Amino acid sequence: MATLEIKDLHAEVETEEGSKEILTGVNLTVRSGEIHAFMGPNGSGKSTLAYAIAGHPKYNVTSGSVLLDGEEVLEMSVDERARAGLFLAMQYPVEVPGVSMSNFLRSAATATRGEAPQVRHWVKEVKQAMSDLEIDESFSERSVNEGFSGGEKKRHEILQLDLLKPKFAILDETDSGLDVDALRVVSDGINRYTESGDKGVLLITHYTRILKHIKPDYVHVFVKGQVAESGGPELADELEESGYVRFTEKKEAAAQS
Amino acid sequence: MTAAAEQRTPTTVPSSEPMSQEETIATLGNYEYGWSDPDVAGANAQRGLNEDVVREISERKGEPDWMLQARLKALGLFERKPTPAWGADLSDIDFDNIKYFVRSTEEQAQTWDDLPEDIKNTYDRLGIPEAEKQRLVAGVAAQYESEVVYHKIREDLEEKGVKFLDTDTALREHPEIFEEYFGSVIPAGDNKFSALNTAVWSGGSFIYVPKGVHVDIPLQAYFRINTENMGQFERTLIVVDEGAYVHYVEGCTAPIYSTDSLHSAVVEIVVKRNARCRYTTIQNWSNNVYNLVTKRAKAEEGATMEWVDGNLGSKVTMKYPSVFLMGEHAKGEVLSVAFAGENQHQDAGAKMEHMAPHTSSSIVSKSIARGGGRTSYRGLVKVAKRANHSASNVKCDALLVDNISQSDTYPYVDVRVDDVTMGHEATVSKVSDDQLFYLMQRGLTEDEAMAMVVRGFVEPIARELPMEYALELNRLIELQMEGAVG
Repeated sequence: MATLEIKDLHAEVETEEGSKEILTGVNLTVRSGEIHAFMGPNGSGKSTLAYAIAGHPKYNVTSGSVLLDGEEVLEMSVDERARAGLFLAMQYPVEVPGVSMSNFLRSAATATRGEAPQVRHWVKEVKQAMSDLEIDESFSERSVNEGFSGGEKKRHEILQLDLLKPKFAILDETDSGLDVDALRVVSDGINRYTESGDKGVLLITHYTRILKHIKPDYVHVFVKGQVAESGGPELADELEESGYVRFTEKKEAAAQS
Repeated sequence: MTAAAEQRTPTTVPSSEPMSQEETIATLGNYEYGWSDPDVAGANAQRGLNEDVVREISERKGEPDWMLQARLKALGLFERKPTPAWGADLSDIDFDNIKYFVRSTEEQAQTWDDLPEDIKNTYDRLGIPEAEKQRLVAGVAAQYESEVVYHKIREDLEEKGVKFLDTDTALREHPEIFEEYFGSVIPAGDNKFSALNTAVWSGGSFIYVPKGVHVDIPLQAYFRINTENMGQFERTLIVVDEGAYVHYVEGCTAPIYSTDSLHSAVVEIVVKRNARCRYTTIQNWSNNVYNLVTKRAKAEEGATMEWVDGNLGSKVTMKYPSVFLMGEHAKGEVLSVAFAGENQHQDAGAKMEHMAPHTSSSIVSKSIARGGGRTSYRGLVKVAKRANHSASNVKCDALLVDNISQSDTYPYVDVRVDDVTMGHEATVSKVSDDQLFYLMQRGLTEDEAMAMVVRGFVEPIARELPMEYALELNRLIELQMEGAVG
């Protein structure tokens, strides 16, 4: 049983006009076995939260804390966070020319597991995971993300999730840019990952369509760098019908008063 | 007696004096292959260059008079020619403080067992016997100091008439081939360092592949400098006769020394009609070596010459493998990778001279600079008036690992005819924060992530290398990237 606790997290980003506060006090707890859908309009700071937790150098955490089983994540380097069990499926995975997918996957598995996986098992494992995600075998010899379509990149993020099996996964708009079939394949991949019941997921999205495939235990509405409201799956249904207006207006009103 | 002994143990050594062997060994640094064997042979070698040194080299080798005359003429050229003022800074080379000839064993050994123990130890650490056991190499010419001490060639190659010898033996055994081609591609007066090499050359490889013979496995040679301040002036001559093919592979590692060493080789290659030659080098001199090498090939009609050149070590490298495309449909290719770390300047590139119609050339250069190192791409593509319908493509990519390193590009193009196709592409990139973040988010440390990006960058070159060299290149990159960040 693992716990990821985000406490009063404030973070800013450097812009041309100086630093700008994006996260204005985020509070959230994710336990293993739980799926949290994290929804909000564009620009609400959802991705910033994901990157701040993972430790991207562009985002500067000014106060608050992120605890993984009581350990302060913010004091760890990016790779230490990854090895501690935090995984971020990125919205825009970068290309690494000349590094084959197979080499990259094996290096990542070696790093996160603490030892190199046995070749025979590993080859089987990768083959199975690729076939589950309907990824052609030829991709294993292609350079990491190079020349991949948006959908191919997303599949590969989930491929990594399935192989690395982190304690907690933050999925940053993994559903965006996917057609109906790809959305199903990717969602199935995420469901396979959570099957064991001991994984925690923070699913960032601004559409409800992925929630038809992945059933969240909790839904949070994120507005202006904070959690505006939390609830069960019924909150997603409300968003589906009425959009974010109620929450953004409430925020505006609160800001004005 | 007592007085003399006392004189021999002074408490202070003037700084201008060359260091003793013990002092030298004591200064051995953290360079991976930076160990040194007891330097018996080198201790007695004379420093500095004059006519007597040249005559002695030639006499001790029992050379024909024409070679002595060629050496003496080259010495005159060397003395008259100025040190190049372009390219890398060579002003610190002290030609008077270099040993020009060191003989490590009197006789050449025939098998590993015949080698002196300390020499075997050196090679064991380089893994040569293993490589040979695995039959990865068709013949091994291991150069220890100035002379080839070990030489073996697979029997079937001998049967096919392939000659793979050290250059000194080749001069004795095949004087007719030698006299015809020696200096025919790179005349002594080509530049100061080709003149120097011609005057004092010693050792190197000689390969002759008869008409139509395909040598299937790469021929390999290993080189080492083992004497402080000893110049290595090996001379390599390769003749690939019509329709034949050979791949020659050369790797270098050298122990580290506290004063500067000079390596100035000359490699001449003749690729005859419809023949193909590939010459692969991974060079990893220790970081105090001046590596000033002249490499050139002549490609006749329909012939193909490929240089694969990796420059990872040395203090200064100036090396521009070239191909003179002499006959129609001749092809030239250079693939090069350079890595410059702290206090290193890699000034490397290529030269293609199109002298006949329908000739084509391709240059792919990749360079990496870190820790304040500097890489320069310097290339020349020349298309002569009669070389109609020629094509050339140049691609040079530089990768900067940090903000204190430097990369520059000097592409020269000289085209004297209209109907040619020329391509040139140059990029300079930095390892991006996003790439590092992505790889580190998957658990790799910053050093590992950096090394992975760099390895990926040189992958187009690495995949052209024989397997064991590709692995060595990757290993060297990892070593070079350790502590590169943070």
